[in-house]
Amino acid sequence: MQLFPCPFCGLRSETEFHFGGDMGNLRPDGTETDAATWSSYLFLRNNPKGRTSEVWMHLTCGEVFRLDRDTVTHVVEKSAALTVEAHQ
Amino acid sequence: MTAFRLDTLGRINRDRALRFTFDGVQYSGFEGDTIASALLASGGSVVGRSFKYHRPRGIWGVGVEEPNAFVDVSGSRSLVNARATTEPLVDGMVVRSVNASPTAANDRHAFIDRFARFIPSAFYYKTFMWPNWHAFEPRIRQMAGLGVVDPSVRSGLHADQVNESCDLLVVGGGPAGLVAALHAAEAGKSVILCDEGCEFGGSLLHRSAQIYGKAGEAWVDETVARLREFGVVLLPNTTAFGIYDHGLIALNQRNGSGGHDRLWRVRPGHTLLATGAIERPLPFANNDLPGILSAEAGLAYLRRFGVVVGRNVVVATNNGLADEVVAALSAEGVEVTTVDYRKGEQIVAARGRTRVEAVELGDGRTLNADAVLVSGGFTPTLHLYCQAKGKLRWDEGLQTFLAGDPVDRIAIAGAAAGHFDLRAVFASAGQALAAVGIASGAVPELTAAPVAYGIVAAWPKPKMKGRVWIDLQHDVTAKDVELAARENFVSVEHLKRYTTLGMAVDQGKTSNLNGLALMAELTGREIPQVGTTTYRPPFSPVPLTSLGGLRGGSLMNPPRRLALENEHRDDGAHMREYGGWLRPAWYGDEAEAVAVQREARKARETVALFDGSPLGKIEVQGPQAAAFMDFIYYNTMSTLKPGRCRYGFILSETGGVYDDGVLVRLEENRFIVSCSSSHVAGVYALLEEWRQDRFDRSQLFIHNATAESATLTVSGPYSRRLLEAMGLGVALDDESLPHMATAAGSFDGTPLRVTRVSFTGDRSYEISIRADRALPLWRTLKEKGRALDAVLIGVEALMVLRAEKGFIVIGKDSDGLTLPMDLGATAPLQKKSAEFIGRRSLFTEEAQRPDRRQLVGLEVLDGGGPLVTGAHGVERTAAGNRSLGYVTSSYFSPTLGRPIALGVIERGASRTGDVIDIQHLGNVRQARIVAPCALDPEGARLNA
Repeated sequence: MQLFPCPFCGLRSETEFHFGGDMGNLRPDGTETDAATWSSYLFLRNNPKGRTSEVWMHLTCGEVFRLDRDTVTHVVEKSAALTVEAHQ
Repeated sequence: MTAFRLDTLGRINRDRALRFTFDGVQYSGFEGDTIASALLASGGSVVGRSFKYHRPRGIWGVGVEEPNAFVDVSGSRSLVNARATTEPLVDGMVVRSVNASPTAANDRHAFIDRFARFIPSAFYYKTFMWPNWHAFEPRIRQMAGLGVVDPSVRSGLHADQVNESCDLLVVGGGPAGLVAALHAAEAGKSVILCDEGCEFGGSLLHRSAQIYGKAGEAWVDETVARLREFGVVLLPNTTAFGIYDHGLIALNQRNGSGGHDRLWRVRPGHTLLATGAIERPLPFANNDLPGILSAEAGLAYLRRFGVVVGRNVVVATNNGLADEVVAALSAEGVEVTTVDYRKGEQIVAARGRTRVEAVELGDGRTLNADAVLVSGGFTPTLHLYCQAKGKLRWDEGLQTFLAGDPVDRIAIAGAAAGHFDLRAVFASAGQALAAVGIASGAVPELTAAPVAYGIVAAWPKPKMKGRVWIDLQHDVTAKDVELAARENFVSVEHLKRYTTLGMAVDQGKTSNLNGLALMAELTGREIPQVGTTTYRPPFSPVPLTSLGGLRGGSLMNPPRRLALENEHRDDGAHMREYGGWLRPAWYGDEAEAVAVQREARKARETVALFDGSPLGKIEVQGPQAAAFMDFIYYNTMSTLKPGRCRYGFILSETGGVYDDGVLVRLEENRFIVSCSSSHVAGVYALLEEWRQDRFDRSQLFIHNATAESATLTVSGPYSRRLLEAMGLGVALDDESLPHMATAAGSFDGTPLRVTRVSFTGDRSYEISIRADRALPLWRTLKEKGRALDAVLIGVEALMVLRAEKGFIVIGKDSDGLTLPMDLGATAPLQKKSAEFIGRRSLFTEEAQRPDRRQLVGLEVLDGGGPLVTGAHGVERTAAGNRSLGYVTSSYFSPTLGRPIALGVIERGASRTGDVIDIQHLGNVRQARIVAPCALDPEGARLNA
């Protein structure tokens, strides 16, 4: 069982978290977005081998945050709350 | 004493005799015996039959490495496939061999061995095919497997699971582990020490040593006492079976008294593996005969249990660790002959029928023997290191694999690190601690002659004569390894799976290295080039109950319970689980169908009381709340006036209706999202996600108040009268409180909220009050309702009432692909300009198709009963039948006196009046497409 650092609660067991998709998958607003772009937003994920930035939710406290980790080594680099800074 | 049990030696208690039977024969042992040691003491040799060939097999080892001696136990304990070498003997045990019938000594399937050449490894890939492999399956299933489960045994208990952390976890309580634990404790570290044996001591329990001038065993006892004083957590009978992500190590602690084992999940700062090493067999023909044992085991049986394995023993060895075995047996008067591979001697074959009687040597000599102790060298136990992705390296001098580069926070000491001399073992413990930054104390003073390991290679070779056994538990011989090589299954992973070498319960502890050494020779490679297979947990079998813990039975998915549950039960409620909550399905003694009809009819005649507490109540407040609600909902919500309610949909981003419910606006900046009881957690997560990822979290706050409040529904023509009688401090005239409005009141000093909203289609009020104050309110409702002939209704009756009005239930009348337009809600699509969840998805080609399935009512035409839910609307074409959709809800309406139904039918909204075929399991009926609302479409009953 991995340990993830919730920005609000600290290190908690992975079973308390819910995966929320790739970081940076920004929502294209409006009805004019072309179908391929909207479909990519809805369904396509990068699934990289190695370092990745993801959005996770800590179900215990409700914090939605950014988590940087390695999908191969499972090393967790850091987490950050979803503020303006985190989106950069 | 028996021929095999000595009067002296051993840690058993000769004052306490224990009786047991094995395969129906009466035997005895002593307190402290294992089943295996007691069987050996009795002279028993055949303890089971091998998996495939049903060859007679005896005890090989003394611990968890045992491949042969598995037994079923009943009587004082009930155990299936118990390992006789590690199972303590208990008085009254009824022990049976496995895979043998009627007994291990006389097995009716023993003849199979004569056909061995037709059933080598992987024979089942080439046979049992024609005419149909299923014809052979039942018989093969019957013959496969070992022990037999006794279905009458039901434990009913759930295993404990413990979470623990410490500075240092020491795996293995032999000399290296004990010294390491002691030094760490002295340095002020928190320590957990575990050992899979029933007592600490490891090799010190059977190898003689003088430590600080005392016997090794005495040093062990003293050290354990000191560890206890330091507060070290001492876990004998405990196996560290797996290492997982981020340093989690799982331990299984065996329960000695027949109850469930306990799982420990440990997060240590550091781990020290002092897990010892396991002896390998020597390869020669018929090396699987009963009476051939591991030399280390022979020594352990002598020193720990006072049992000699024979009176005329051959000790064959390729290394110096067996020297003590020879000396110890000789000292007890056993006739011992040595076959020393270091001097070029070797055994080429063992002779005997059901027990070894002699061995043939390479130089032509034959030695008689009633037991043979073999030592082919020791393999360090490095499973946890390998599970943690450690890479092994080959050590030519020790002829075995050792740990390669260090793995973060894991240290290795003792025999596991390739040290077989006690002085080196102690020293390595100190070095290992230092490597993980823990100060170590002085190495204990020893008086002992150093042990010269001096191993010479004695691997199985190609073309050895006779049947040379590699994996005893899965009946794999050297010829099978040669077969795999011939058929090009030369990778170590293929070797394993093609021959099943190493795949049995013992996971190849005594066979893997011999097998891959032979494969190396066959393929012209070095042993490290062949490599080892991937190590995976568990190290040894773990009961499923340990892994399940409390998650079983009613605790698997515990339903949520109403604050008023006991009250409902007292009122005769039949409880059922709905959306994760235990709720009254109906009340009273009648059959369900009768009760539901009675409740649904009465609800529209007088006044119904219904516990709607699971209904979601999520508070959303803040300056951005209104804008937030416009984004969350399909419908425009910012125009909702304070004090009013509006029904709406929450979509998923793919446009499907995720949830429906009424939004209540309390004030400009305060809303309550009510959602389906089964969706509360999902809606709450959805709201939080958008709040944090799109809006300003300092301007918007969300609180899930669902479980805090009970919601009591009062519905029916007399509902206002009942509320008036309650004195809730709320103006109840229709001008002050119209339909779809909310007001604050109180009951007996407790604040509450009255919301006029209807799921029945009748005048209806939902009262929300603190859950712990709901009981007096509910009781007063019932008491005052009596005069109005009030009726308690359950969920089933409510389902009929809402269906009469064409109100959908998400997930029943809709699925994940149902769009709001399919349900008749088209206005927001056309008129709402604000962005909302799922909006773009409503403009896809798929969403705009004119032939989508739409919600309709279905009227039965043949005077029969209700349509079957799930029955399909069928269109018959020249090309065949085609489904137009299906029935989603179907009931008999007591108020209308006829069946009603809802369904989703292609182009349904524009096909009102059409008669279509409804087909179910070949049975065809007709139904007319009508509006979903079957009762009071103008909604007059809302204000009646």
